[in-house]
Amino acid sequence: MSAALIALALQLAAAPGSPPAESSSGEHKSLVEVVMDHIADSRTIELQTPWGPKYELTFPEWKIPIGARVLDISITKHVFWMWVSSLLLLAVVLVGTSRRKGESVPAGPTNNIIETFVLFVRDDIAVRNMGEHLGQEFTPYLCTIFFFILFCGLVGVLPFTATATGNIAVTASLALCTFVLTQFAGMRSQGVVGYWAHLVPPGIPWWLYPLMIPAELLGLVTKPFALTIRLFANMVAGHVVILFLLGMVFVLGTTLVAPVGVLFALGIYLLELLVIFIQAYIFTILSAVFIGMAASHAH
Amino acid sequence: MHESQPLWNLAMAYFGAGVGAGLAIIGAGIGIGLLANGAMQGIGRQPAAAGNIQTLTLITAALVEGVCFFALIVCIILATKT
Repeated sequence: MSAALIALALQLAAAPGSPPAESSSGEHKSLVEVVMDHIADSRTIELQTPWGPKYELTFPEWKIPIGARVLDISITKHVFWMWVSSLLLLAVVLVGTSRRKGESVPAGPTNNIIETFVLFVRDDIAVRNMGEHLGQEFTPYLCTIFFFILFCGLVGVLPFTATATGNIAVTASLALCTFVLTQFAGMRSQGVVGYWAHLVPPGIPWWLYPLMIPAELLGLVTKPFALTIRLFANMVAGHVVILFLLGMVFVLGTTLVAPVGVLFALGIYLLELLVIFIQAYIFTILSAVFIGMAASHAH
Repeated sequence: MHESQPLWNLAMAYFGAGVGAGLAIIGAGIGIGLLANGAMQGIGRQPAAAGNIQTLTLITAALVEGVCFFALIVCIILATKT
């Protein structure tokens, strides 16, 4: 953990006490620019070693022209670290769920951790909010998003890495998956016509329809939008606060504030670890609630 | 006055962003505080229901937080106005 803070401090060391108003024309970047560089996506991965040299890896630019537009599918920092977290997740789960020869069930420490989380997702998130049948059915999906968000976040707080879920495109894709599944589950349980007809709660006077239909359609879109923004903002906010706390030393130009800044940054770092777990839980439980709401007959 | 107009606009954007962020966070703080108040009282009166109350509290807190983030996004858009 302290290694992560040192890494962040090294990145900030490139930003000596310059006023934030200074433009990027100079050699030194302002604190805001350094923080934004750290948060934003780019095609370059930087590795600032504590003993001096700085390694950089720039991915090639891949652009596919489609008509007048250009589809940019270049590998970026966030994509790279998303792949790393996915591979790590795959490895951990495969190790955790494989059983040794001569044993009838998987066992071992990794299995215990994975099983605890899976059982938690199944019993406390899926079944409790969606009912026995639907909950069992959607547990694989909910486990997938739970572990994906968890691993992206946990990889993101290691030194030199980036948080894939701190990219709004990633969280929007996750929310879109939930949105599509919500509509699918609703239409499957109530029929295509029944689902869309029941969007507006039955029993309200007909003259309220012009008001209720847009409101309900808006509510449909707001849910995935809120999921997107919540995860994105939570993942970014922690990093920004840590960087600014450490950056205080360089902005004020004195090491006297270093103990306070580093101590606070450490506290925020611990808080961020908690926030990663909470956000994975919140995203999963809200997905379960939305899917369960759409699939249930009683509104 | 004409020459300082863009600067004035920028200043007002920053002002709006700052005040807006503060107001949004006050609102969310009050909301989550009331929520916690209710949850604590509920758990105090019925410790057996603590698990359910915790789940519902977290969900509702997440919803309050989501609304707050909408406001903060607007503030960030204002603050990054050039």
